[in-house]
Amino acid sequence: MFEKRKYFVIGLAVVLAMFAAGCKKKVPPPPPPPAPAPAPPAPAPKPPAPSISFSAEPTSIQRGQSSTLRWQVSGDVTSVSIDNGIGTVQNTGNRRVTPADSATYTLTATGAGGTSTAAATVNVSAPPPPPPPPAPAPQSTLDQRLADVQDAYFDYDKSDIRPDARDALTRDASALKSILGDFPNASIVIEGHCDERGSAEYNLGLGDRRATAAKDFLVGLGVPGDRLKTISYGKERPQCTESNESCWQKNRRAHFAPGQ
Amino acid sequence: MKKLICIGVPVAGALFLLTAQQDRTQLFLKGQAGPPKIAAPDFQGSGDAQKYMAAFNQTLWSDLEGCGRFDLVPKTSLPRFIPQQPSDFQMPPPAQPQPTSRKGRTELSAPQTGGGRWMKDWSAPPAQADYLAYGYTGVSNGVLVLQGWLVDLAKDTPAAGQLIGKRYLGTVDEAGARKVAHEFAADIIALSGGTSLFGTHIYFTSNRTGHKEIWAMDFDGKNQRQITHFNSITQYPSLSPDGTKIAFTSWVHVQPAIFVFSVDPVRDLRFYNQTASVNGTPSFTPDGKQIIYMSAAGGCCGIFIANLDGRGFRRISSSASIDTEPKVSPKGNDIVFVSGRSGPQQIYRMNMDGADMERLTPGNGEASNPSWHPNGLMIAFAWTQGYATGNFNIFTMDVATRKYDQLTHSEGRNENPSWAPDGAHLAFSSTRSGGKQIWTMLANGTQPQRLTSVGINENPVWGK
Repeated sequence: MFEKRKYFVIGLAVVLAMFAAGCKKKVPPPPPPPAPAPAPPAPAPKPPAPSISFSAEPTSIQRGQSSTLRWQVSGDVTSVSIDNGIGTVQNTGNRRVTPADSATYTLTATGAGGTSTAAATVNVSAPPPPPPPPAPAPQSTLDQRLADVQDAYFDYDKSDIRPDARDALTRDASALKSILGDFPNASIVIEGHCDERGSAEYNLGLGDRRATAAKDFLVGLGVPGDRLKTISYGKERPQCTESNESCWQKNRRAHFAPGQ
Repeated sequence: MKKLICIGVPVAGALFLLTAQQDRTQLFLKGQAGPPKIAAPDFQGSGDAQKYMAAFNQTLWSDLEGCGRFDLVPKTSLPRFIPQQPSDFQMPPPAQPQPTSRKGRTELSAPQTGGGRWMKDWSAPPAQADYLAYGYTGVSNGVLVLQGWLVDLAKDTPAAGQLIGKRYLGTVDEAGARKVAHEFAADIIALSGGTSLFGTHIYFTSNRTGHKEIWAMDFDGKNQRQITHFNSITQYPSLSPDGTKIAFTSWVHVQPAIFVFSVDPVRDLRFYNQTASVNGTPSFTPDGKQIIYMSAAGGCCGIFIANLDGRGFRRISSSASIDTEPKVSPKGNDIVFVSGRSGPQQIYRMNMDGADMERLTPGNGEASNPSWHPNGLMIAFAWTQGYATGNFNIFTMDVATRKYDQLTHSEGRNENPSWAPDGAHLAFSSTRSGGKQIWTMLANGTQPQRLTSVGINENPVWGK
């Protein structure tokens, strides 16, 4: 037992001695920073960056028109490209563009001497507003041409075709035939109207008789009956609202209007 | 408070009266020379009811006066004391032998009047009434209660003379006050053998929206409401006998065509129009199962009859002339209509099958708009006889004798007469106030009253 302890003490002493010796040895201070490195040698002179000539002609267009981009890149060039979807191009060239709105095109030329850019702008102005779309030509003209077709007038409480109405309807027949020929899909309404004096209910019938009388007369002159439709308005749609004979006469009529 | 407590007391009496009413009616009408004279003083209301009494009194007065069966005693001629219940009446003191005075001054000790407390105060001058309508209103449990009595002033006591003693219930507002007044007036009118118009409706055409549409209103012009919304030309309404459907003419599908609608709720019942440039002026048969109308089918225009849905149509009159405005009599056995078959438009009559056609108007002037009286014996119509073309006036005619009477006399243009269900009133259109408006009057042409004012209003038809 004692011997083991003696070895332990000796060992401990040795270790302590070694430790003590180590502690005495001081770490040297860090060296001073190195002196700055000498300046690198001056680089070789660079080749010049590419030079660019880039333009749009014309620079202002109406929407829908086109402009021509022209460019010429000189110098030490390795690639030339234009943005806005054009991509890589030759050093010299032109390209027609039709931008919808004002656009600035940027040309980028890269060479050993570096990268150069140039821009060309195409201003797009909206065209003046278009004229309102014309109504379908046939309808417009049908209205207009029917406006020139004369009314047929009637005596009070009568649906007989008077001599003046006969003349008017005879002229109307050729006009209507021409109109129906020009507008093969159109139909024409013959409206029957009355003056204010008889009862409204009776005039519902009288207006129908007047429209039908006019239609029958026209069909007799060769106007196609299947394209003439009658409507009685009785006294519901007077042309004139005074209570005198000249006004009443204006309201006792067969009138022509486009079919619905 | 006393009045409210008393409300329930006469109920048993009212029930008794209902059974006895038939006898009382005869009493009511006995021995009258001219219309009975009714005194209808202003009723009072207790508590909250009072603020609606102006509407009540106005309604009661206008219903009683408007029915045309009574003379109403002017309120300025009535006694000062207004009884409100039977117990308010007092018996006059028994007649006593006049004390003879030397000075001959007896008048101060024997009053000649009870100031309204005696029954005879009301039958004596200046009132000289035959009957007195009296009572009061109050609010009980949130209900407006009218206690109304009608008493025969020829009797000695309120009990002996009582013809009506009844409670009427309404909402506590002006509408409720008008309702109980209408109902009380209706009972009085019924006792005289008349029919109240309360609850009846007038359908008509109005352009107040900018387009002619079908409208409806109560008999007194209240509650005007739009029925159709076609934004076209829509007119010539007629009403089914049970008041549930209307038929009319509209240009909404371009050519004039017939429509049949229910009115509550408003619904298109889909009338089938036969192929024609005109189908129009429909009216109902008295059983409400068919529509009679004008059509240009085969030429303008003949009279046709069809089922309510427009199917099964068949011709009644030819298309040789303009035939329009057919109306089947309430008895269902003949048709009046307008035709130009003899020249200017006139009123004709024919059997349901078109046979036995005859002209009713003599042929001069222009005649239109026939409307059957509910009794099926008489028509009203518009006629220019005696006036310039277009200047229509309202006439009535006994269809059997063709004897006619003129009701309006050139106060503007008067057209489209329509009998009220009571057979005593007519609605019509008139330009007498400027634009065409709906008016009512008694069948003798008196008591014209305007019901509309907004826009142009015409084509009245009066029914349930």
